[in-house]
Amino acid sequence: MLALCASQLTAILDMNLLAFSSRNYIKHDNAGQFFSSGHTNNWAVLVCTSRFWFNYRHVANTLSVYRSVKRLGIPDSHIVLMLADDMACNHRNPKPATVFSHKNMELNVYGDDVEVDYRGYEVTVENFLRVLTGRLPPSTPRSKRLLSDDRSNILIYLTGHGGNGFLKFQDSEEISNVELADAFEQMWQKRRYNELLFIIDTCQGASMYERFYSPNLMALASSQVGEDSLSHQPDLAIGVHLMDRYTFYLLEFLEDIHPASKTNMNDLFKVCPKSQCVSTPGHRTDLFLRDPGSVLITDFFGSVRKVEITMETINLTDPINSFR
Amino acid sequence: MGLLSDPNRRRALISLLTRLNTPICLVCYMAGVAWFMGLAFEPFTLRTYMSENAMGSTMVEERFPAGERALATGREFAAHKKKVGGMPVDWLVKTMQARGLEVFTQSFSRTLPFPDENKERYMVKGTNVYGILRAPRAPRTEALVLSAPCSPGDNNQAVGLLLGLAQYFRNQIYWAKDIIFLVNEHDLIGMQAWLEGYHHTNTTGMDWSPLQGRGGSIQAALSLELSSDVITSLDLVLEGLNGQLPNLDLANLFYAFCQKIGVLCTIQGKLQRNDWDSVSGYSHAVQTMMLMVMKQASGRPWGDHGLFLRYHIEAATIKGINSFRQYKTDATTIGRLLEGMYRKLNNLLERLHQSYFFYLMPSLSHFVSIGYYMPAFGLLTVILLLRALDLWVQLATPPTRTEDGVADIEQSSPGVLSVLTPLVISHLTGVALYTLPIRFQEMAVEHFPVSETEAVVLTAIAVYTAGLALPHNTHRFLSGEGTEQGWRVLKLVAVLYLAVLLGCTALINFSLGFILALTLVPVAAFVTPHIPKVLSAFILVILSPACTLLFSVFFFQELQEMPVSFQDGWLLYLSVISQGILDHFLYGSLVYPLIALLVYPCWLLFWNILFWK
Repeated sequence: MLALCASQLTAILDMNLLAFSSRNYIKHDNAGQFFSSGHTNNWAVLVCTSRFWFNYRHVANTLSVYRSVKRLGIPDSHIVLMLADDMACNHRNPKPATVFSHKNMELNVYGDDVEVDYRGYEVTVENFLRVLTGRLPPSTPRSKRLLSDDRSNILIYLTGHGGNGFLKFQDSEEISNVELADAFEQMWQKRRYNELLFIIDTCQGASMYERFYSPNLMALASSQVGEDSLSHQPDLAIGVHLMDRYTFYLLEFLEDIHPASKTNMNDLFKVCPKSQCVSTPGHRTDLFLRDPGSVLITDFFGSVRKVEITMETINLTDPINSFR
Repeated sequence: MGLLSDPNRRRALISLLTRLNTPICLVCYMAGVAWFMGLAFEPFTLRTYMSENAMGSTMVEERFPAGERALATGREFAAHKKKVGGMPVDWLVKTMQARGLEVFTQSFSRTLPFPDENKERYMVKGTNVYGILRAPRAPRTEALVLSAPCSPGDNNQAVGLLLGLAQYFRNQIYWAKDIIFLVNEHDLIGMQAWLEGYHHTNTTGMDWSPLQGRGGSIQAALSLELSSDVITSLDLVLEGLNGQLPNLDLANLFYAFCQKIGVLCTIQGKLQRNDWDSVSGYSHAVQTMMLMVMKQASGRPWGDHGLFLRYHIEAATIKGINSFRQYKTDATTIGRLLEGMYRKLNNLLERLHQSYFFYLMPSLSHFVSIGYYMPAFGLLTVILLLRALDLWVQLATPPTRTEDGVADIEQSSPGVLSVLTPLVISHLTGVALYTLPIRFQEMAVEHFPVSETEAVVLTAIAVYTAGLALPHNTHRFLSGEGTEQGWRVLKLVAVLYLAVLLGCTALINFSLGFILALTLVPVAAFVTPHIPKVLSAFILVILSPACTLLFSVFFFQELQEMPVSFQDGWLLYLSVISQGILDHFLYGSLVYPLIALLVYPCWLLFWNILFWK
């Protein structure tokens, strides 16, 4: 027993020593970067709001971002995936159990380890807002909760059919940009995020971030007010459009990112210019405290574990010694 | 004071109304006709577009490969049909089962009220054969129907193609609805039996065996008529029973696929033209629209699809036409077109309802919706209302001068009886026209050397003509005969009655309402006892429903570029009447009862007014 505790002690001491030494070996700008973002964990909330077979592309959009985010390290326990309809098992799908994002079926984004947290009719405005603000009934399982704290960086991705100032959920209700901004303010006041990246791929998407007023929010949209976001390519065997243009080029961009990438947000803003997207993507950074050039893609899309170095010495006193 | 409550202004308005009544009526009539003719002018029409999101813009690559095999199956079907001398039920059941469908048959029989020229017998018996392709993963809640009528000596390629498509569709896994492949015997009678059996209704008194197998509720149906191995164009037939039309999205779907696959497509057998600003281009569009109006007004289903519409199932008939043209389309291409259409219909989540149900099509790519064509009818009805107002004013003001003192004293409004009597007698004549022809056909056949069909038709015409003699007889029973007030009251009632009748008809079947309005509104507006009798009697007979039908028959043949001589035209006219009566008894078409029980009595009232003195 004593040996066990002793080995634990040495492990802790070793780690401190290692930290000390590694700190000395890290170059100065890397050190600055290492500690520049204040987050310690990453969450992602990915929502597809439309149902029906002809909205296949919205599910494919969301699953593409899910795939990238998982590949870059965020685990399923930290992802809340909401899909309003089931395309993979839809009776009309000629390739059951798949959702493709490229024509000629190069990339099956459904894969075999998708974990959908909110499915079908559970994707409602109320549930979405409850997830964001944390006001869920006590019986809600952990997989359906956004258990973020004040050191979490959250990525929120929305896709579906939208208009000027609203996003349509499930063909029956809408969420307005005011509601969304208020939800984010609630999150800020409850200290549920450190920084938040909001991406929306709908028609007139820029209208959804117009009303934000909480700090540390960065937003990207696929089109400006008055513009439609267009879909990318139809698949002639499946008979639907597979992806929207913005998310297609976003996925292409993200496929080049790996956990150690140093690509920053300014590159993300350049994704899908008007020549490719036909609509003009927009972004909003005025509420964000850091300079976007210093924000890494992996700060939001990946889950880079950070270690907090402590300078304090902890005295291990009697309660441990008494474990003999 | 308000416009209508100020007596001075009111008097001025009324005097304006009575003074200008005839000119306004004439202007309205010409405006109505001009509006109707203007509907075919292309800048006034809209291009067709797909309204249903579920059948949106994405196209699938069609892969149906087996056109030649389908034609071979069609030849086999023809051989078996000839051998059996009717519908080869066993061979069809075996073939459908070999293709993996669930096959069922339904036998039906119907006693016709009188044998028509086609059937030539009282009792029609037959069997329908249908196979259901179950959707591989979907619950059996919805279905689509592909049908081909089994006609003696014809339509074999359609049945072959149907079986070929059944085999191809069976191998696919993306069907979300059951597909029912139906081969019906005796065209419309068999189709009616099948539909009644499927929906558990019995509206026409047919005998059929209950259906052993069912799909879900039918979302859409297509009927195929294909009689040659290669075709040059595909014709779309939309007009159904009682002038009902399928949702415009079905026509849009057909047109979209015609454009994609590159098949020449027509409506009313007429090709599209691009020169709308030339006179010939415009007249072409007018002819196409008038053909549709004529077909819709007849109230008969112009294809097997016509009976589906009553059950709120959108259906259309696709006919393959082989005319002398260079570019021919083979069976594989037609199969691909149908495959594409069915895949699109497969994506439907609800019944087709986004597009228009009431429209006219001057060409396959342009349409006129109800909001655009109803004002033409409204302008004609306004004439009736103006006339009614005029009569009301005349009835309200006492006559300023009298013909003789006797008439002056009899100012009291004529008794109800003087108005009621013509009404009742006219309607009784109408009832006679409706019931007598069928009832007395045996008696007529005994006494005259005619067939039953001719007996029925000639009895109808006889009753119709006998009704013309009425005014001279009913006067003996009337008390208010000869008074100025009397005929005015009767005319007021008749005009309002006609307005309501035409309005209701136009709502359901615009074409029928409009054609009746074109001929009956002038009658209603201008008939009085004071106009020259012989000339106006002649005009009234010309504008009566029976003569309108006669002229329509000739006009219809002209439009189809198959003009007929007077003899053939007359025979055609007789067959149209018999077909109309038969349609009413077999399928519930409402044109014959409408004309006999409502329009003809109304016209008789005007005839009565003409001979009031």
